[in-house]
Amino acid sequence: MNLNELTIREAKDGLNKKDFTSVELTAACLDRIKKRDGEINAFITVCEDLAMKEAVRADETIERGEAWPLTGIPFAVKDAICTAGVRSTGASKILDNYVPPFDATVIKKIREQGAVLLGKNNCDAFGHGASNENSMYGPVRNPRNTKKVAGGSSGGSAAAVADNMCIFAVAEDTGGSIRQPASFCGVVGMRPSYGRNSRFGIMSMASSLDTVGPIAKSVDDVAFLMEIMAGNDKMDATTVSDAVPNYVEELKKGVKGLKIGVPKEYFELEGLNEEIKELTYKKIDILEKAGCKIKQVSLPYTKYAIAVYYIIVPSEDSSNLARLDGIRYGLRADANNLFDIYANSRADGFPEEVKRRILIGTYALSSGYYDAYYKKAQKVRTLIKNDFDEIFKKVDALITPTSPFSPFDLGEKIDNPLALYLADIMVSPAAVAGVPAMSVPAGENYSGLPIGAQIIGPRFREDLVLRIGKELEKN
Amino acid sequence: MSITVEEVKKLAKLARIALTPEEEQRHAETISAVLDYMDVLNEVDTENVELTSQVTGLKNIVRLDEIRGKDSQKELIEQMPLVKDGKLAVPAVFEEN
Repeated sequence: MNLNELTIREAKDGLNKKDFTSVELTAACLDRIKKRDGEINAFITVCEDLAMKEAVRADETIERGEAWPLTGIPFAVKDAICTAGVRSTGASKILDNYVPPFDATVIKKIREQGAVLLGKNNCDAFGHGASNENSMYGPVRNPRNTKKVAGGSSGGSAAAVADNMCIFAVAEDTGGSIRQPASFCGVVGMRPSYGRNSRFGIMSMASSLDTVGPIAKSVDDVAFLMEIMAGNDKMDATTVSDAVPNYVEELKKGVKGLKIGVPKEYFELEGLNEEIKELTYKKIDILEKAGCKIKQVSLPYTKYAIAVYYIIVPSEDSSNLARLDGIRYGLRADANNLFDIYANSRADGFPEEVKRRILIGTYALSSGYYDAYYKKAQKVRTLIKNDFDEIFKKVDALITPTSPFSPFDLGEKIDNPLALYLADIMVSPAAVAGVPAMSVPAGENYSGLPIGAQIIGPRFREDLVLRIGKELEKN
Repeated sequence: MSITVEEVKKLAKLARIALTPEEEQRHAETISAVLDYMDVLNEVDTENVELTSQVTGLKNIVRLDEIRGKDSQKELIEQMPLVKDGKLAVPAVFEEN
């Protein structure tokens, strides 16, 4: 087995036993990037020199017997998350040369534990997309089949983990951006509860929905990373002060006796691929055999989640992205007057989908339409949230497919934004409700493409989601 | 609910984005399709339903109004598109008549 193929746990073991060094481990990842990334395009920036320097320092720390939980482990970060001293473009040209002076809180926490930063992952610009084709640095290709998309918006992060270019990745999920690409690439990805992990330092998209979470090769690794990433942050007033559970320890509890809901709206969805349905039912059987009680349930407002999501997101987007105007940082276009400097900087610096979202948001928030769109969406959001709150009085967690279809061809849906929005049908409801959800590999379809199953839990019960994920991973 | 090219032009002006005529046309078509889809929400009775703007239930989170980040002044100035005398240079806001 090559070093770059290891999980965090395996890499830690090897480093501690001195089977290999962080320099060797980091070099193995960088070699893999060099060999594969010309085709996959999972990275926008690779910071090779910085990574090798950090690896040398990690080896010295290990030598002194002072290793922190992630010392010497190489990782990658979605480019819409700020990294101190390392270019962070958000996959847009408006921030092509932007070098943040600070780390996002979650990145700071991970780097303080000794992890080695390899570089920045490609994504849909500012997280806008479900296929990673809305990047101004080219699309990401699925490592399993390079004619297929990697999913989005965190397609580069999922592809980098799946193709062993890094040991783990940190990404962002607003309405499925971690889970859907994780399912398309065959890796594990968790969206935490809103408020669990700090959003400080991520490029804001929809502030009431954005979350930061891990993508990794195993559920153990995701649990381990969540322990490090979670917690209250004074820089993000929406984080809660609840104590962070010992997620790794929680995994040992198993799943016996848990009540698992199977929501009919997800399984009766028109357009749900039959193979995906079958593979998800196989996973449900595994849980039943492991002593879970399986219950058919209903979340009647599921069908409205996409409409709610695609009103709230562009609205909050249009307001958040107003800060990118070419004045204080980023690209400033040449023009004779202030209006044209704004308008041309934004025209050159944003891809088409970002412009579309800003226009939709501007429309939904404008006088005369505010009540019909934004306010209406916020009311239906309450009903969707209530659906989940009610169901979690009856069951401990829900299981669904992550995506209604398997990875599609590059270019297949790019001319039809609405079709691409509908790709979020399985992942957006949990986001709208703010509850945690994780995608775990659920096998492959007949063409050998990965399929994911999604576990959704009650707010701040990542522990339950992880325990169920662990059981599914064993089988 | 469909929107016209004229409305797209107005939105683009409000949002400060220069669009080509082709882009205006494409946005009018794709945004109309998206807005048509949003009509599904009219099926839902939201009489007496509260708004949800956030999901944590946290209230009145306050902090001291302290100066911070002074250490990163140099790095911040390096990010500015145009600097004169160590300060951000901005375009003129008022035009001469």
